[in-house]
Amino acid sequence: MIELSDICRTFAVGGQEVRAMDHVCLAIGAGEYLSIMGPSGSGKSTLLNIIGLLDTPNSGTYLLDGRDVTSLGDEQLAATRSLKIGFIFQFFHLISRLTATENIELPLMLAGVPARQRHQRSAPLIDSFGLGNRRHHRPDELSGGQRQRVAIARAVINQPAVLLADEPTGNLDRSSGAEIIELLEELNRGGQTLVIVTHDPEIGERARRLVRVVDGRLASDSGG
Amino acid sequence: MRPVDTIRFGLGSLGSNRVRTALMLLAMSIGVAAVVLLTGIGNGARLYIVDKFAALGTNLVIIIPGRAETANNTPATLVGETPRDLTLEDALAVMRSELVERVAPLNIGELSAVRQGLERQVPVLGSTASFLQIHHLQLSQGSFLPDEDWDIARPVCILGSKVYQELFGRQAALGELIRLGGYRCRVIGILDSEGRSLGFDTQELVIVPVAFAQMLYNTSGLFRILVEGKDQESLARLKTHIKTTIAKRHYGEEDVTIITQDSILATFDKILKSLTLTVAGIAAISLVVAGILIMNVMLMSVAQRTAEIGLCKALGGTRRQIMAMLVCEALLLSVIGGILGLLIGFAGAWGIAQVYPELTTTPPLWAVVAAMATALGTGLVFSLLPAGRAARLDPIRALAGR
Repeated sequence: MIELSDICRTFAVGGQEVRAMDHVCLAIGAGEYLSIMGPSGSGKSTLLNIIGLLDTPNSGTYLLDGRDVTSLGDEQLAATRSLKIGFIFQFFHLISRLTATENIELPLMLAGVPARQRHQRSAPLIDSFGLGNRRHHRPDELSGGQRQRVAIARAVINQPAVLLADEPTGNLDRSSGAEIIELLEELNRGGQTLVIVTHDPEIGERARRLVRVVDGRLASDSGG
Repeated sequence: MRPVDTIRFGLGSLGSNRVRTALMLLAMSIGVAAVVLLTGIGNGARLYIVDKFAALGTNLVIIIPGRAETANNTPATLVGETPRDLTLEDALAVMRSELVERVAPLNIGELSAVRQGLERQVPVLGSTASFLQIHHLQLSQGSFLPDEDWDIARPVCILGSKVYQELFGRQAALGELIRLGGYRCRVIGILDSEGRSLGFDTQELVIVPVAFAQMLYNTSGLFRILVEGKDQESLARLKTHIKTTIAKRHYGEEDVTIITQDSILATFDKILKSLTLTVAGIAAISLVVAGILIMNVMLMSVAQRTAEIGLCKALGGTRRQIMAMLVCEALLLSVIGGILGLLIGFAGAWGIAQVYPELTTTPPLWAVVAAMATALGTGLVFSLLPAGRAARLDPIRALAGR
């Protein structure tokens, strides 16, 4: 469902061109569980951002569900992100003035879903994520693991086909990190494609397919 | 994103930084209050003065003997020299027109009024029955001058309320005799204490028939002639009528000055209106300053909230939505600040009205509308820059907090 071919992405840093993606080809099928590893600055985050439509490549084609998404306008990109992609970040990125429920409902609010329907969709999710007694708490009243759970619930509320996690455990202790990975794997078993960017080899090797990125190129690919 | 959600999101964002919000509201509300209050006062002053003039009769044309070519409609004409007297016959001639509602010849001087050893210098005004209507005077007792031929020098008088009190105390005055400049005359009426006439204090006045006054002052001339037109529209024609009539009688010489009440009123109205507008304009500048403050604070706020904005983009927010969210925040500030300002402004206007009850300080509707429109306009215009900057933020960098 994700087909990247010949993707290049360069950044201009201080007048110098930095090649973050160098002719990358990668195909990810529906329901796959993939992890991307590599040293810092290798371009793994850029790869994730391109898959997540937050970044556009300078050249190459990106087919998402058979549709070329490299030339979409702002409105269409936003709509595609909203419907197909769920993001999970290292630093959670919850809005501190909103409650857990409001944070989870944020993508629905942006998509223009009325409050009542938002609630109908968020309520079962909150319960199944074990946040039932935390629904009206604000992020600073939650533990790190709970915050990441809220962030994951926010990522999946629109039932996107792809979940993209950028170091989801990077800011958590070991046990809550493990819980979060289990939660993500459970969602993957439910059919959602899961792509995790990580430093942690333990997490990287749990994935069914492991892609290593070095200097903007795919150095190895265990599957595909 | 639904409008309700945009508003709620904006309110939440404003509510999360109370001090910042309060400061912006303060600036906005002071601006709006200033516009509303200052126009209210300006307008009140204008209405007050216009009202004073209107009390004199708005269709009034005043004929003054003597010509003032260069100083038309200024106080200088009021003390001009008289080459040829205006006479009762002039006044009668002017009256012969369908444009004229009523005419009152006027003669004025100062005489001593004596009654039983009490003596007092009073301005004595000679006129006719129609003076009552032209000057909107009210009687508290008795009757006004009889409506009869103007050249009958009937020795009767009407006393101003103060003159009455000083000469008679609490005694009945109707039918009593007083001495005016050596002539005996009978009191037939007392004026009401309401003295609302520009030029003289009617409380201190004694009014006698015009022919009697001419006899008292030993003159055949008139101080001026008051002509009340039938209506506002024919005032210009009335002026020409007066000019030609008098000129014909004065051997072709245009030796009178004609002032319309209307033109004085219009001049005052114009001056005060532009004053009000000027003051409102100055106040509106403070609103624009408030708008610039909103812009600065919003630029700061965008800088502080880059992560939030980047997040909204990552979660499917479009550029337009991000713009809308921030512009909505600014408009909310403008609306809330504006309403607060209106409340403060109206409270201030009410307070001033308590201290100066003769001033109607109610701000005019246009000022309210203009103040709110300026508040909303500045909110909109000055939020576009920060909102546009937010909308163009690169979500990756924004999320990274850079």
